[in-house]
Amino acid sequence: LRLGGRWSAAGGPRAQALRLIYTTTPVQRKNVGASGPEKYTEEFIKKQIEEFNLGKRHLANMMGEDPETFTQEDIDRAVAYLFPSGLFDKQARPMMKHPTEIFPEQRKIQWGEDGRPFHFLFYTGKQSYYSLMHETYEKLLNVQKYQDQLTAQDLLPQKEKKNLAGSRWLTKIELEEMLLEKLSDDDYSRFIQLLEKLMTLPCVDMEEKHIRKFSKEVPTQLKKVVIEPLKYDERGVAFSTGEGTRKTAKATVVVYDNGTGKITVNGIDILHYFPVLQDREQLLFPFQFLDRVGKHDMVCTVSGGGRSTQAGAIRLASAKALRSFVTEKEVEFMRQAGLLTLDPRVKERKKPGQEGARRKFTWKKR
Amino acid sequence: DDKLLSEPLSHPDFFNVKELFSLKDLFDARVHLGHKKGCRHRFMEPYIFGCRLDQDIIDLDQTMQHLQLALNFTAHIAYRKGIILFISRKRQFCHLVESTARECGEYAHTRYWQGGLLTNAHIQFGPGVRLPDLLIFLSSLNNIFEPHVAIRDAAKMNIPTVGVVDTNCNPCLISYPIPGNDDSPTAMELYCKLFRMTIIRAKDKRRQSEVFNELR
Repeated sequence: LRLGGRWSAAGGPRAQALRLIYTTTPVQRKNVGASGPEKYTEEFIKKQIEEFNLGKRHLANMMGEDPETFTQEDIDRAVAYLFPSGLFDKQARPMMKHPTEIFPEQRKIQWGEDGRPFHFLFYTGKQSYYSLMHETYEKLLNVQKYQDQLTAQDLLPQKEKKNLAGSRWLTKIELEEMLLEKLSDDDYSRFIQLLEKLMTLPCVDMEEKHIRKFSKEVPTQLKKVVIEPLKYDERGVAFSTGEGTRKTAKATVVVYDNGTGKITVNGIDILHYFPVLQDREQLLFPFQFLDRVGKHDMVCTVSGGGRSTQAGAIRLASAKALRSFVTEKEVEFMRQAGLLTLDPRVKERKKPGQEGARRKFTWKKR
Repeated sequence: DDKLLSEPLSHPDFFNVKELFSLKDLFDARVHLGHKKGCRHRFMEPYIFGCRLDQDIIDLDQTMQHLQLALNFTAHIAYRKGIILFISRKRQFCHLVESTARECGEYAHTRYWQGGLLTNAHIQFGPGVRLPDLLIFLSSLNNIFEPHVAIRDAAKMNIPTVGVVDTNCNPCLISYPIPGNDDSPTAMELYCKLFRMTIIRAKDKRRQSEVFNELR
């Protein structure tokens, strides 16, 4: 983004004041498209689009870039630069987007010149929802008919158990957006019940395309933790690294095999770095747990925190490094012992009206 | 243009709806079967032929006359390009009724009836909406066995109604009642078939007459 004469001449006659008409989208996404007949006419939207394009060109000139190749990302960057905002909510900050993204889709007039409505379920009030129910029910009937034909010929396939853990149905709000109509909770639950009923039939694969429109994939949360393999240095000794944190301390540890139990922290021997017995016991714990007390050498770097915090950080880092040396069963034992869990405890903030995080001011009766 | 509209009114059965059904068809579709004696509505007594083993039997001769009048009326409405709305609150036949309406090019409402649909239409739908010109009730009761709200609303908005009335229904406010069974699938399929054929016939006739006029 070039600063320069062009931008400082923004107050001049050439550049109009950048009227950011579209400031925020609603925080709770209200389905404006479903709330009633047209609120924005077509001419209004067209005018907004013209003004947006004009404003885009002015912005490009202001930033000193080529107006022809000014993409939406450039606009976002320029707006963030010109109007820096410290607000936490990203959607509350100034933004400039194409009107079709800001003014949601509206339903146009539903009937023709002679007054006859276009959709055959218009007079129900919720035409898209009821037509969806009608279609889905028709698919159900088709599947049942096909199944009956197969049963008559004894060719009915067995129901294979499909793993549905990775998919979910659309939520009510998403369905409302799809249909551009307001739904009640009852309507939504009825629709989901119909879909569930459809899924129970054995021959449902012929209508899979229709069902897939209403299901979404949920990215599976479980991530298998990858244990890194052992690395070998120039002398042929196996080693592995681990990282750990505790409160504000960060530690990086390299554990070498075929060692004598020598531990160095920031270039200093642990007896000098941790004079207190408690901290040295913390460092010893992972090795003691795995019965490998005198077998490994350790070189650590640690920063931040205090005395016992640094000890805790190094303990976590060394446990993580030892995972590579050890069988999966022992890794599971370590996990259950709590050696591999990051300690989430941090200093709680002080609240106004109280003396500390929990302590209240002295209460005086009068 | 005036001739186009006034010509059908001169004949008693311009669209020849009588040939679409016969007494035997009605009997085979079990249209004559009513509910039990205890469910009988007082105003349906003129239409009931008799009672056998506590079950009411509807008089099919009267049904034939009423059906002919009703079909003739719908044909005229369809000829004059009116909006027809099929209503039925029976869950079994909801899909059938909606498909029939879609095939005719008309409209259907087989779901929960929101209170102000006809009476408060300008606010519910928007200004300039056109209301239906005919309501066809394929079952005039709602899920709680009470008369459907649309019968009363149509009477308020001066919209004519055609309705299949069973032995437990109130035929009062319906302009063209058709006494008959509304619970059997065969009966409902017969009604849907008849209405579909009349509407398509009337629309075709209208298109032919327009083409005729243009040629002249």
